Amino acid sequence: MRSTGGGLAWRTTRVVALALFAVYFFLPLLAMLDFSTRQLGTTGRTLDSWANLVTDPTISSSIVTSVLLAVLTTVLMLVLLVPTMIWVRLRVPQAGTLVEFLCLLPLTIPPLVIVVGISNVYAWVTYLLGDSALTLTFAYVVLVLPYAYRALDAALASVNVVTLAEAARSLGAGWTTVIVRIVLPNIWGGVLSAAYVSAALVLGEYTFASLLNFSTLPTVLGLLSKSDARTGVAGALAALLLATVLLLLLSAFARRRRTTKGA
Amino acid sequence: MTVTETTPGSSGEPGSRSTGTPVSLVGLRRTYGSQHALDGLSLEIAPGEMVVLLGPSGCGKTTALRILAGLDRADEGRVLVGGRDMTRVPANKRDMGMVFQAYSLFPHMTVRDNVAFGLQLRGHDRERRLRRCREMLDLVGLSAFEDRYAHQLSGGQQQRVALARALAVEPSVLLLDEPLSALDAKVRVQLRDEIRRVQLDVGTTTLFVTHDQEEALAVADRVGVMREGRLDQIAPPVELYARPATRFVAEFVGLSNRLGARVEGRDALVLGRRLPLLDGSVSSGAGQALVRPEAVTVSESGEPNARVVSVAFLGPFSRVQCRLDDGQVVVAQLPSAAVDRLGQDAPVRVDVDAEAVLVVPD
Repeated sequence: MRSTGGGLAWRTTRVVALALFAVYFFLPLLAMLDFSTRQLGTTGRTLDSWANLVTDPTISSSIVTSVLLAVLTTVLMLVLLVPTMIWVRLRVPQAGTLVEFLCLLPLTIPPLVIVVGISNVYAWVTYLLGDSALTLTFAYVVLVLPYAYRALDAALASVNVVTLAEAARSLGAGWTTVIVRIVLPNIWGGVLSAAYVSAALVLGEYTFASLLNFSTLPTVLGLLSKSDARTGVAGALAALLLATVLLLLLSAFARRRRTTKGA
Repeated sequence: MTVTETTPGSSGEPGSRSTGTPVSLVGLRRTYGSQHALDGLSLEIAPGEMVVLLGPSGCGKTTALRILAGLDRADEGRVLVGGRDMTRVPANKRDMGMVFQAYSLFPHMTVRDNVAFGLQLRGHDRERRLRRCREMLDLVGLSAFEDRYAHQLSGGQQQRVALARALAVEPSVLLLDEPLSALDAKVRVQLRDEIRRVQLDVGTTTLFVTHDQEEALAVADRVGVMREGRLDQIAPPVELYARPATRFVAEFVGLSNRLGARVEGRDALVLGRRLPLLDGSVSSGAGQALVRPEAVTVSESGEPNARVVSVAFLGPFSRVQCRLDDGQVVVAQLPSAAVDRLGQDAPVRVDVDAEAVLVVPD
């Protein structure tokens, strides 16, 4: 009977803890939802501010820009970082420390300082590639490097990449086959985490975009919150939901890979 | 340094299995910084032969194997397989199968896909791959496990799958890099015997690297003992054990007593007995004879010249340690039945009963 009592106490603690966390996390979201749907001067509800997100061309175009930035940044980061990190592990392990140092460097420099430094470079970027907000991709790749590096590094450390690669080589695999068919499937979780953290960072990035005078979702929301607070809050909540959906999609994708693998 | 070498195939067996490919390593040198991993290593492996490179860690045996596999490069020297110079050929074009010390099955693939991987790269169709897979898994006794993943197998099973995977592509050379050292003692012995059985079955030329002398002696056609990047001696296991060419070989392979000896002509005097000298011994004067514990006899009859210090029971055999009257300590290995009456401090007669001995300088 004691163990049942213990089990009950444990279950109650869990439920209470879970409920407290739920309240802590969801209350502000509910408040945002409440505020963004309130009709001014009445007790009724309206979805006007949510509709603004789609109908207002400034907001909708900033959403498109931010989503495109997230996709481009994630793709460019993966294309640059994944092969580099695999190659360093397999072929030039002595360069590992240098790559780690370079990738973690953006963490140690405040974004403000980076922007001041990078604005000179951006004069050239604008001159060569035009003034599209999508040119922010280059700065964002630098920004997300430390986080993506950590995710990929942890994944690479969890498998014996060198031995697996040597085994594949001895069976006749060239380097491309080794990377695509042996290493990548084993660090897939890390690749997805890196992709997610990069997308999430880009969707919420304010400093770079604001100081370099680009219109992205966060900068537009920043301005909106001063003129039309309701739409601003609706936009912030939408961005949060988007990131959550993205996370759910990625984890569902990872799970599906695992289950099809087991079949 | 002279290398005592018995020519490949002289043990009779391997030459007759003609399916394998001959391998030659010629004057291999490899340095890491200031350390010489290989210092002019040359080695001939006959078709179908299993050569085991044995030596302490850092002696260069794994480097030699990795250079043959193409996973490391030699600073100097050549690698010939079937008469073809492979020195500059990349690992994936060398047509070799390798089993690693660390578990190396691809974790995201089933046993079947692991074994079929090399066949798929060679463009074999699905039916042929599956047939070959089944053959190989039958060979290592794991047909029932083809849908499992590596993490669902024990260490021994993983290494057997790795062996099946390496052999599935019908490699010209099989390379085994300490494949048993991560396993526990009992599995190690089982798998060791199984590797030898499979190797004899398929007749693939094999280079096996280990630091475990028992393993080496048990499976090899010839054992090469390495020290500081060179071969000290390469010979069939029996010859290596009975006729070590150097002090290092005598001491590294099996246990050896060191007993005071005098060299007279082609003989050595050890404990009053005259025994033929092995090549590599000192040419005259006093030295130390290296005598295997099995070559030492202990009896209660005869004029005593020693006292029993201790008796260690090892199952069928016991190890008896005696102190000779002149203070030297000698270890004998005797059938347990023969020593059950020997008590501590009992006076005994110790003699040496070896065909020949190696006498090294004091």
